[in-house]
Amino acid sequence: MRFKLVPALVGLALATSPAAAQGADTILNVSYDIARELFAEVNAAFVAKYQAETGRAVTIDQSHAGTSRQARAILEGLPADVVTFNQFTDVQLLHDRGNLVAADWQARLPNNASPFYSLPAFLVRAGNPKDIQDWSDLAREDVAVVFPNPKTSGNARYTYLAAWVYGLEAFDGNEAQVRDFVGRIFQNVPVFDTGGRAATLTFAEREIGDVLVTFEAEVLSIREEFGEAGFEAVVPSVSLLAEFPVAVVDAVVDRRGSRELAEAYLDFLYTPEGQAIAAGRNHRVHDPEVRAEFAHRFPEVRLVTVEEVFGGWEAVSAEHFASDGILDQVFVNQ
Amino acid sequence: MPTVTNARRQGPSGAWLVGLALVLSALFLLAPLVLIFVQAFAAGLDAYVHHVTEPATRHAIGLTVLTALVVVPINVVFGVAAAWLVTRYRFFGRRLLVTLIEIPFSVSPIVAGVIYLFLYGAQGLLGPFLQAHDIQVMFTLWAIFLVSLFVTAPFVARELIPLMQAQGSEDEEAAITLGASGLQTFLLVTLPNVRWALLYGAILCNARVMGEFGAVSVVSGNIRGQTNTLPLQVELLFNDLNTVGAFAAASTLAVLALVTLAAKLVLEARTRS
Repeated sequence: MRFKLVPALVGLALATSPAAAQGADTILNVSYDIARELFAEVNAAFVAKYQAETGRAVTIDQSHAGTSRQARAILEGLPADVVTFNQFTDVQLLHDRGNLVAADWQARLPNNASPFYSLPAFLVRAGNPKDIQDWSDLAREDVAVVFPNPKTSGNARYTYLAAWVYGLEAFDGNEAQVRDFVGRIFQNVPVFDTGGRAATLTFAEREIGDVLVTFEAEVLSIREEFGEAGFEAVVPSVSLLAEFPVAVVDAVVDRRGSRELAEAYLDFLYTPEGQAIAAGRNHRVHDPEVRAEFAHRFPEVRLVTVEEVFGGWEAVSAEHFASDGILDQVFVNQ
Repeated sequence: MPTVTNARRQGPSGAWLVGLALVLSALFLLAPLVLIFVQAFAAGLDAYVHHVTEPATRHAIGLTVLTALVVVPINVVFGVAAAWLVTRYRFFGRRLLVTLIEIPFSVSPIVAGVIYLFLYGAQGLLGPFLQAHDIQVMFTLWAIFLVSLFVTAPFVARELIPLMQAQGSEDEEAAITLGASGLQTFLLVTLPNVRWALLYGAILCNARVMGEFGAVSVVSGNIRGQTNTLPLQVELLFNDLNTVGAFAAASTLAVLALVTLAAKLVLEARTRS
């Protein structure tokens, strides 16, 4: 009996391992950790549409974890046909470290290869008891702010830079004053969690802090998850554009012969149908009709980009996030 | 309850100790276990069934059981062979071997996972060779089996070695003197002598395989419905703010553990009667 079991198990292992899933009817979408529901919905819609158009039944597999870790796994051989990340730097890493993605990946799809976007926004307790409206309120002494650690969380790096942008405008570019301003916000953070979801739980379930700073998409989803009565969303006067870049992993699709399907999948994210799903999951989108339909969810806000203010991610990484960079100094001086 | 009678005989301090032990086990062992099921059923039986039978969770349960079915027999054979070798033979490097067997205990599971990544990953030591032959190890079931084997390798051997050392080899020598073959000696003398330790080691090994998170999380690739084991699925659901789903998945892990325990009790009862 045992001797029959072994080949059966081996067969099962082979049949279910991704290496054996050759052929272009299956692709793997490697994504960030909180996008599971979003892409579950996208996949179902795409599979139906693709079958109606081409008659082919395809499968989209999903993998979710923090994007820096996912990028690392892909470099070590995780066969991702497409990546849908929330950090520009993690896609760029696939080009820089492994040459798995072509250098021009950002130019191959519209809007910097970001089908949808979001921005750091605020979630406050019901009735907004501390009257928190803008970044300046986060530096007030009576306000406890919750956001994750910018050293480990991409989400919090956006928060840090957005606060920096507000400071630059408020203090006419006087860097010493901006540093002081951002430092005062950091002093108001009672606990730095390692990731965005952990910070959400700290604020919503452990009830620590007066305001949570995280992506607007997350802010709106928390209200749906934990009850709209308990929280209010606040969009500051100015914030930073947070793009969610997508790319076909050239090295993988060329090896597996899945380029056509992978590209069709990413294109789908830009169709009105794909955009409506993303907007329904609280991401801002570019399609004008979908925008109009969901306009009530997304108040007007002035958005600046990392390129405009800081001269791109490479510059900002070197100046702010490197060891002993400005972020470290702000952290230490608190 | 002999313990209670003994405690009464020893006076109030004994009763206090027993009471303290009971309260602590209720707080630290029973309460969390109960809480898992309370949370899992928080949204009602229908919701529970829905979460547990969701395809990704169902697959995770199957994968976790499959991993145990693959890993535990291999490690039982390895453990018996290793214990036999180090307790019945004297040779150069014997102590080193004993230490080597225990290495997985002293290495953090996450380090174990990363080591395998450095060995078999695309940018790892054997990466170019594996890629040239189109062999994918990392982020497949093979990787999960491999790290699970590594992490749980010592369990059986560690249970057997002290016991076999204490028992000595007199019984086996007697059997051989009376004309038994090597295989007969092993099956009829050695194995019965160590069966409880062997069973206990296998159960520990099984529990650890099913619950292993750190090492598996590094090498699995987290592909839903393919390489997500139950502990990974629990984390995924929890990160999705899907508390009921996470606890429902966790409850199936708890049930698997309870089934293992029950199997042990039944086996014990049968062999004793």
